[in-house]
Amino acid sequence: MALKMVKGSIDRMFDKNLQDLVRGIRNHKEDEAKYISQCIDEIKQELKQDNIAVKSNAVCKLTYLQMLGYDISWAAFNIIEVMSASKFTFKRIGYLAASQCFHEGTDVIMLTTNQIRKDLSSPNQYDTGVALTGLSCFVTPDLARDLANDIMTLMSHTKPYIRKKAVLIMYKVFLKYPESLRPAFPRLKEKLEDPDPGVQSAAVNVICELARRNPKNYLSLAPLFFKLMTSSTNNWVLIKIIKLFGALTPLEPRLGKKLIEPLTNLIHSTSAMSLLYECVNTVIAVLISLSSGMPNHSASIQLCVQKLRILIEDSDQNLKYLGLLAMSKILKTHPKSVQSHKDLILQCLDDKDESIRLRALDLLYGMVSKKNLMEIVKKLMIHVDKAEGTTYRDELLTKIIDICSQSNYQYITNFEWYISILVELTRLEGTRHGHLIAAQMLDVAIRVKAIRKFAVSQMAMLLDNAHLIASNTQRNGICEVLYAAAWICGEFSEHLEEANQTLEAMLRPKVTTLPGHIQAVYVQNMVKLYASILQQKEQSGEKEAAQEITQLMIERLPQFVQSADLEVQERASCILQLIKYIQKLQIKEVPVAEEVIALFAGELNPVAPKAQKKVPVPEGLDLDAWINEPPSDSESEDEKPKTIFHDEEQRHSRHRQPEIDEEELARRREARKQEQANNPFYIKSSPSPQKRYQDTPGVEHIPVVQIDLSVPLKVPGMPMSDQYVKLEEERRHKQKLEKDKKKKKQKKEKRGKHHRHNSLHTESEEDITPAHHVDIITEEMPENALPSDEDDKDPNDPYKALDIDLDKPLADSEKLPVQRHRNAETLKSPDSEAPPVEKSKKPKKKEKKHREKERDKGKKKEKEKKVVEEEEEKKGEDLDFWLSTAPPPVSTAQPQSGPEVSAAVVAEPEEVKKEEREEQQEEDEGKVSSKSSKHKKKKHKKEKEEKSKDKKKSKKKHHSEEEATESVQNGTLDDEPLPPMSSYRLLAENPYIKMTYDIQGNLQNDSQVTVSVIFENKSTSFLKSMELNVLDSLNTKMLRPEGSSVHDGIPVPFQLPPGISNEAQFVFTLQSIVMAQKLKGTLSFIVKNDEGSTHEKLDFKLHFSCASYLITTPCYSDAFAKLLESGDLHMSSIKVDGISISFQHLLAKICFHHHFSVVERVDSCASMYSRSIQGHHVCLLVKKGENSVSIDGKCSDSTLLSNLLDEMKETLSKC
Amino acid sequence: MIKAILIFNNHGKPRLSKFYQRYSEDTQQQIIRETFHLVSKRDENVCNFLEGGLLIGGSDNKLIYRHYATLYFVFCVDSSESELGILDLIQVFVETLDKCFENVCELDLIFHVDKVHNILAEMVMGGMVLETNMNEIVTQIDAQNKLEKSEAGLAGAPARAVSAVKNMNLPEIPRNINIGDISIKVPNLPTFK
Repeated sequence: MALKMVKGSIDRMFDKNLQDLVRGIRNHKEDEAKYISQCIDEIKQELKQDNIAVKSNAVCKLTYLQMLGYDISWAAFNIIEVMSASKFTFKRIGYLAASQCFHEGTDVIMLTTNQIRKDLSSPNQYDTGVALTGLSCFVTPDLARDLANDIMTLMSHTKPYIRKKAVLIMYKVFLKYPESLRPAFPRLKEKLEDPDPGVQSAAVNVICELARRNPKNYLSLAPLFFKLMTSSTNNWVLIKIIKLFGALTPLEPRLGKKLIEPLTNLIHSTSAMSLLYECVNTVIAVLISLSSGMPNHSASIQLCVQKLRILIEDSDQNLKYLGLLAMSKILKTHPKSVQSHKDLILQCLDDKDESIRLRALDLLYGMVSKKNLMEIVKKLMIHVDKAEGTTYRDELLTKIIDICSQSNYQYITNFEWYISILVELTRLEGTRHGHLIAAQMLDVAIRVKAIRKFAVSQMAMLLDNAHLIASNTQRNGICEVLYAAAWICGEFSEHLEEANQTLEAMLRPKVTTLPGHIQAVYVQNMVKLYASILQQKEQSGEKEAAQEITQLMIERLPQFVQSADLEVQERASCILQLIKYIQKLQIKEVPVAEEVIALFAGELNPVAPKAQKKVPVPEGLDLDAWINEPPSDSESEDEKPKTIFHDEEQRHSRHRQPEIDEEELARRREARKQEQANNPFYIKSSPSPQKRYQDTPGVEHIPVVQIDLSVPLKVPGMPMSDQYVKLEEERRHKQKLEKDKKKKKQKKEKRGKHHRHNSLHTESEEDITPAHHVDIITEEMPENALPSDEDDKDPNDPYKALDIDLDKPLADSEKLPVQRHRNAETLKSPDSEAPPVEKSKKPKKKEKKHREKERDKGKKKEKEKKVVEEEEEKKGEDLDFWLSTAPPPVSTAQPQSGPEVSAAVVAEPEEVKKEEREEQQEEDEGKVSSKSSKHKKKKHKKEKEEKSKDKKKSKKKHHSEEEATESVQNGTLDDEPLPPMSSYRLLAENPYIKMTYDIQGNLQNDSQVTVSVIFENKSTSFLKSMELNVLDSLNTKMLRPEGSSVHDGIPVPFQLPPGISNEAQFVFTLQSIVMAQKLKGTLSFIVKNDEGSTHEKLDFKLHFSCASYLITTPCYSDAFAKLLESGDLHMSSIKVDGISISFQHLLAKICFHHHFSVVERVDSCASMYSRSIQGHHVCLLVKKGENSVSIDGKCSDSTLLSNLLDEMKETLSKC
Repeated sequence: MIKAILIFNNHGKPRLSKFYQRYSEDTQQQIIRETFHLVSKRDENVCNFLEGGLLIGGSDNKLIYRHYATLYFVFCVDSSESELGILDLIQVFVETLDKCFENVCELDLIFHVDKVHNILAEMVMGGMVLETNMNEIVTQIDAQNKLEKSEAGLAGAPARAVSAVKNMNLPEIPRNINIGDISIKVPNLPTFK
């Protein structure tokens, strides 16, 4: 036997091994492909042998061929054979091949599960190691699920070599099987403090990777990481941790404050540039997160900028590059400190390294000012001329346009200069960005009215020289500018001096070689031109000239009628007919110009790109409803299943985390608003562009600067922008002189009083006034457009699934599936089979303790939910405690408004809301129903993964319990769509500000309500120092911070830039809630605009309706019946006539506005329930007749009931 | 995360390709070509970072590369990796190769790509950095080689003899394509622990 084996291997000795293959390929340079196909045939033969050594040799060769681009997936099964060899040598070859070519689509991959499991538990650590390495490359969701538990065990292996690999691979497992994250997390956390530095580093690596995607879930680890950061000496670990902190600080500004000092120390002490760089980066992140409230971190900024300057000045290009990269981050928040290094950055533009030049360009974007824009752009234009590669030149081009157009052309003082820059850019050959230049030309010409005359003259010149631009149309993107040129000349033809000439230019035969869409614009706009020429000629009585021009059109238009482009053809033939008709009229000597020009009357205004999207859906319009009857089933059988499936999938993803999504959204929105408010480069759009537009004076009122005609305007390709730079400089000089004169005068006058005042005057940006009054029309938006984050959402983010709250205790069902021998009688899902994993016990014990504690306190309202909440709170407190050792935070900067109640949420699709309501209801059902359901309650924890399952279970239960009547939840049984409803009511309004408010009862406290007020800035000024004060009544008081008197107002924790709205919450305490109440109050604020700032006040009356004391509380029908029978309730009833809305809507209205929930609904009769914050039960029986509704109410307090019914009557009578 | 590790020579011939994301073989070749195209046209003394190619994922990614004599070592990484750290990692990788192959040259990589893969596997696993300590890596590699040798035992000896003979018969293998300046340290970059 042994002899046979030796003999076999000697036979095979002369098989090609990898080296032979490589050598062979090198010797067959001419017919490589042929040689390789020969080799592959040989390999196929070898794979058929039984000898594993031969097989593995073949697989090894295949791996090499894979690198050369050959598909080797056909050998997947052989690779698995080699993987399962007993010898490490072969095994390693097998796993390497698998890691190079296996993927989720490889069908045989499921055969590997058991082999891998065996290797993982091999006594030889290298078998295990090689299996882990291989698995890390080809893990699939199935493998991850089946092997998660095995890998988790390996995390506590005795050998650090295995431990670190097991820890690292967990990240891949989490990605493929997110359910494993929570059970594995405690052990992963343990590994952060592993004695072996390699394992520790691996754990840090994994957690950093996780936290980078969903940082908020890892905030609670901050203290641990902080400890690691101050104790570790491993630079890899330090870099990772510091990077992680960079991701965490935006979520917790206090963390940043704590970090600054140790980071600064590291910056000073470390000699490793990589570490220094990351420290600087994170300090920058901290400063960005703090910039809202902390003005006195200039020392840290200075330090960063200094260090970065050293990096940029370094001879090492890498450091230079990174220095510039980090500089651009500082630029966003602290532009001033970067601007002082302009010299250095301009210097980098001359660097031979393209990456560095690009970085420097990025920086320039943020560094321009009115003063230096022309200078910078001039420098860039020189670079454009010098640039060789088209990519870099294109990059320069886009940058020039970006720099000039940023913030609504904020930095452009002379638009003639800008137009001429754009015209100069058209000379670029082979650029891809012709459409960009065109868009700019259009935008400027449309929005800057004063420049139209000049723009038209320039565009006419472009059209005249179109042959230069469109010389080789095929690969030339620049001809796009002709699109803009034609449109501008047509639309603003009244400014055209030599319209005839331009019209002729547009009618040249050469035009037909342009791309179709440009020709179409030509055709359309030559009619506009024609119309204005016609009018001109008719007015001056030159009838013949008018007829001539008509004749010209009729002669030349047919060339467009023959166009292959549909659009061009259609427009041309239509217009040709029109002009023929005009000609007829002209012959009859009928004046036609007025009518022709009427075709193009009116002005086209720019519309914001998102405008359509932001139009709110009007009440009662359902976009999803069929307009016609849906097509019959038989026709669409093929398509339907697909769409249904798709729909369900989407709904499912929503199912999982609707709340988190919204919170996240609100948080982001908040953050963005904050950032915008603090970003000096962010120009807020004015609230109502239309209004502003109306206010603007007409074109004739705008003084138009005389164009210096000494400049040869009509020489094509002549750079003119330089001329404008000079002109502008002269203008500025003059301006300055004038100012100085004025100042001197003033000085003379004032000399007696003020001596050294104003003597040191430097020209600041604000002093440069634009060449002429420029009126920039903002883009139009629908009136009540909402700030939406829709665009930010990425539904396909694979990391979204890992957004899991890790601080909640583990549930039974969450344990990792453990593979066992299959028992014949059970074929359960792996979940239910799994025996408890030891880790999950810990949190449970805690829970119990908590509960005991609570019992001791004698609280009867024992709620599982509370326990969980408390635990969360405790964790939060831990972090708070750790953070609070830092200096106390500056509170003004912290946005306070609760994300759940922001206005945008109200407009969220009803479906989501329903979802939440249902969930909440289910949670609460546990409370209301009797103690027997304690078991159930356990499952009612918020865990999302479980939620859906549980829901189904509990729903089933309900159905079996109350089969007789169909329970309706909150009146939304049918899928009938509900109109959008907002609970926000108007509080007060003046020209500056509008306040809307909503009152919510507080679940935790029986004598508190929360008033959420949305402040909307309606003016064009900045509103700040808002303070809200209310005259307390005996019964109702505003909760003020400790130490302030009853006459002090509460500051609103934000400022409002124009057009922005934000929400703040105020808590009120009450004694009695049976009556509605009104409180008088005042909002005082400071209006700041260009002219200065003024104090303003706005009085309001805050109306606490009785409904606002109610909390939507679901109730079982049996509990409801008992309640009614008990006889402790007072009764009262109302009847409202003239109700036309459907019962469904009616119930929804009551649910929404009065905080009720539906207990049961039978036909047009429903019972409803709600509870006040002080525990009053309110039961309603709502009946709908033909045109009327009667409501019988029962309540533990008769006053409350009658007040509630009155309010309801009011709501209903509005229907 | 490291998205891909590529080694190719001055002519763009791949010497090692390791992708930590699934791409089809064709796409892999395209990526190698594109990366070579990007990297090879850069001068010697420009920075070693490149904002990603078009094929391999988007704006978050960077190419970090080093050029040693005839070979380019390119790492494609996302923003969670420190740029300078990866540069050091490449250095560690090359130095480890130098130790394991005793004066590594391009030929070693050509004929022993499997060994290079094994060394790499001890440094980077599934796109995450596993070990940065060179001594530790070399120790593990040596131990595995020893294990391999002991497994080969009797049967291995003749095979080794044959391959020695094969190599002897081929005098045309140039031995002098040495990565001479393998131990070049990046100026101003203290070596990384």
